[in-house]
Amino acid sequence: MKHVRMAAAMAAALVSASPALAQGTLRIGMTASDIPLTTGQPDQGGEGQRFMGLTVYDALVHWDLTRADKPSTLIPGLAASWSVDATDKTKWTFKIREGVKFHDGSTLTASAVVWNLDKLLKQDAPQFDQRQASQGRSRIPAIATYRAVDDLTLEIITRAPDATLPYQLAWIGISSPAQWEKLGKNWQEFAKTPSGTGPWKLAAVTPRERAELVPNKDYWDKPRIPKLDKMILIPLPEPNARVAALRSGQVDWIEAPAPDAVASLKAANMQIITNAYPHNWTWHFSRAEGSVWNDVRVRQAANLAVDREGLKELLGGLMIPAEGFMPPGHQWFGNPKFKLKRDLAQAKKLLAEAGYGPSKPFQTKILISPSGSGQMQPLPMNEFIQQNLAEAGMKIDFEVVEWNTLINIWRAGAKHESSRGATGMNYSYFIQDPFTGFIRHLQCNLQPPAGTNWGHYCDPEMDKMFDEVRNTFDAEAQTKVLQRVHEKYVDEALFLMVTHDVNARALSPKVKGFVQAQNWFQDFGTITMAP
Amino acid sequence: MLLYIAKRVLYTLPVALGVSIVCFMLVHIAPGDPLTSVLPPDASAQLQAEMRRLYGFDRPLPVQYGLWLLKTLQGDLGTSIATGRAVAVELWSAMGNTLMLAVLATAIGFVLGCLFGFVAGYFRDSWIDKLASFVSIIGVSVPHYWLGMVLVIIFSVQLNWLPATGAGPGGSADWVWDWAHIRHLILPAVTMSVIPMGIVARTVRALVADILSQEFIVGQRAKGLLDLGVLRHVIKNAAPTALAVMGLQLGYLLGGSILIETVFSWPGTGFLLGQAIFQRDLPLLQGTILVLAMFFVALNLIVDVVQTLLDPRVQRS
Repeated sequence: MKHVRMAAAMAAALVSASPALAQGTLRIGMTASDIPLTTGQPDQGGEGQRFMGLTVYDALVHWDLTRADKPSTLIPGLAASWSVDATDKTKWTFKIREGVKFHDGSTLTASAVVWNLDKLLKQDAPQFDQRQASQGRSRIPAIATYRAVDDLTLEIITRAPDATLPYQLAWIGISSPAQWEKLGKNWQEFAKTPSGTGPWKLAAVTPRERAELVPNKDYWDKPRIPKLDKMILIPLPEPNARVAALRSGQVDWIEAPAPDAVASLKAANMQIITNAYPHNWTWHFSRAEGSVWNDVRVRQAANLAVDREGLKELLGGLMIPAEGFMPPGHQWFGNPKFKLKRDLAQAKKLLAEAGYGPSKPFQTKILISPSGSGQMQPLPMNEFIQQNLAEAGMKIDFEVVEWNTLINIWRAGAKHESSRGATGMNYSYFIQDPFTGFIRHLQCNLQPPAGTNWGHYCDPEMDKMFDEVRNTFDAEAQTKVLQRVHEKYVDEALFLMVTHDVNARALSPKVKGFVQAQNWFQDFGTITMAP
Repeated sequence: MLLYIAKRVLYTLPVALGVSIVCFMLVHIAPGDPLTSVLPPDASAQLQAEMRRLYGFDRPLPVQYGLWLLKTLQGDLGTSIATGRAVAVELWSAMGNTLMLAVLATAIGFVLGCLFGFVAGYFRDSWIDKLASFVSIIGVSVPHYWLGMVLVIIFSVQLNWLPATGAGPGGSADWVWDWAHIRHLILPAVTMSVIPMGIVARTVRALVADILSQEFIVGQRAKGLLDLGVLRHVIKNAAPTALAVMGLQLGYLLGGSILIETVFSWPGTGFLLGQAIFQRDLPLLQGTILVLAMFFVALNLIVDVVQTLLDPRVQRS
């Protein structure tokens, strides 16, 4: 009898713990190894901002994440509107949205935004937070000073005229000063019960294990009020563990399924969602003195040697072959003349014109990593390209370094001894705004250690265009300039442009209504769970 | 005995110091930068320098070590760079989770290991011995992370009987001893038990075979002692060594398995250590390794003492 009772209890527990629990609850397996920082300025890169930044918090400026069929553009967020002074192009005025409440009930004002900027930029402010500052400060390099003109007007002065300021501000989450005061002016306490103005509220968090978000029913942007009852975030850094969790019904959604798991996931009726987004996977060329890549013919030859369709097959279709530095169809793509296609004969011809041949074979060294955020499958992909280039007569040697080491080499620059004489580096990029997309890679004064122009590229003509980007305040006119920048990137083959990731995620068939924007960030408000 | 324990406790001090120095040097020699995990990749050199100063990484290594040691002696293991939480708090909750897993895995491993070892030793050279030895060799040789994945594929993905990851529906913070939570413990514990099972089985088999061949057993048999009585003597003689092996295995398992805890996303010390390594989280890494090493030393001490108590032949000065 005792056994029967125990078996009944076990069966009941099994039923209660089954996926049926997920009515209106979406459980997401993230690739991050910890819950991203919850205080307003998340760590864990793009994924942190996606799940713990733009869910609980709002920025002054938002990305429009409603469309899957075109790249996202900026839209008003906590700032209802903004303008730059007609005579002084460093002076910006932001009109703060009226009537917005933080989750703790306090009201958003321009002073609260100033308080938030101080939290990141002013080291002697009581609310200065080293951890948030380390995430946020590098996102807003343009800001010199700021002040609240009145309750709903914020003024920001930039160091120099810089039309990319709104893109920078889209990174900065606004936390509640009142909640911080209430919790004894303690960010560690704030991390447990944070308060922003975003569409989701953090209901519970267990470090390294899970975070529970519930809808903010009083959210100011009514169409974006989440339809779900709850969203649970679970860190699952191990790719196989993520797939197993999805297939066993422990989660309903996983980020970045491994390409070799896609077929089995599809066979198990899972939805594989992909879309273009501003990511690229390149070889960043060194342009330091003596680099083999200083000759445009060599750069073009390498770009013509890569078999991008073959690579796509290798990755089970989970990539978009590069046609330029930006993904095809991007608003900044323009109309470059140099077409990225496989043409071995032309590649060999260009290489011969550049003086390479049997008497002077082409040989160089490239830095690669065995893994890393955004690096996709770096080892097989690089070996595939190595084979492609060998067919064109270009011998490539690899220096494999661990991912964190590669980041440090990337910061140090191609001329630094840590680059070990390599003339290129396989690096993948977040290219969502003009600065991260173009300027940081190639502006003269951003050569290391001042910035991350790893290859020490410097072209006054390009610098002039970057200045134009920063000084063109009309969005359409700025897009035209950015298209010209991109055309120069492609026509002069400034990088080995290989592929774009497709932001793959696998969803249980029960997940409905998700629109995957062409963006690193996503809106989870439209999602519902089928019973 | 008290003097012996006091002496052994004193011996742990140089061990602790040695571990802390080796660990400190190793994490600094390894390539990578602790701030890589904290700062966005394109943080400027100025911001990096400033953060390095704020975290105290701009100081000479001996000074950094001295300061860390001083704090540790006062019971403060510092703050994790990656999470900003106190290392002691992170470690405490992870150790609780690993303890559950390790004790269960050791219990499974010890019971099965003794059973297989005993049977194999008692029926030496028979087919039972061969079968039990085969199982124990498999236990020692099979890569346990691979076994973990296979168990997940069978029991989680295909049969959907047991969960694949995590420490319960509400995470380890809400742990209660009910089926909904215990089922999360089963697959990692079984995976983890395989190695101690193999080792204990092989040790017990050798012990039993050795004891059975000794003259006092032959004498007892000659005096007419029944099999059951002989068995009692064999167990009594084999127990101290078997227990010592089990204690050491528990020590290994308490260190947490980076691979198993990662495969099952079990929030224990192995998982924590793995993350600390990948994130170059120096305070977390140093604190965790030091505490785990001390744990191992303490466990060795306990095993020695228990062994002395169980076996009067072991004389200690």
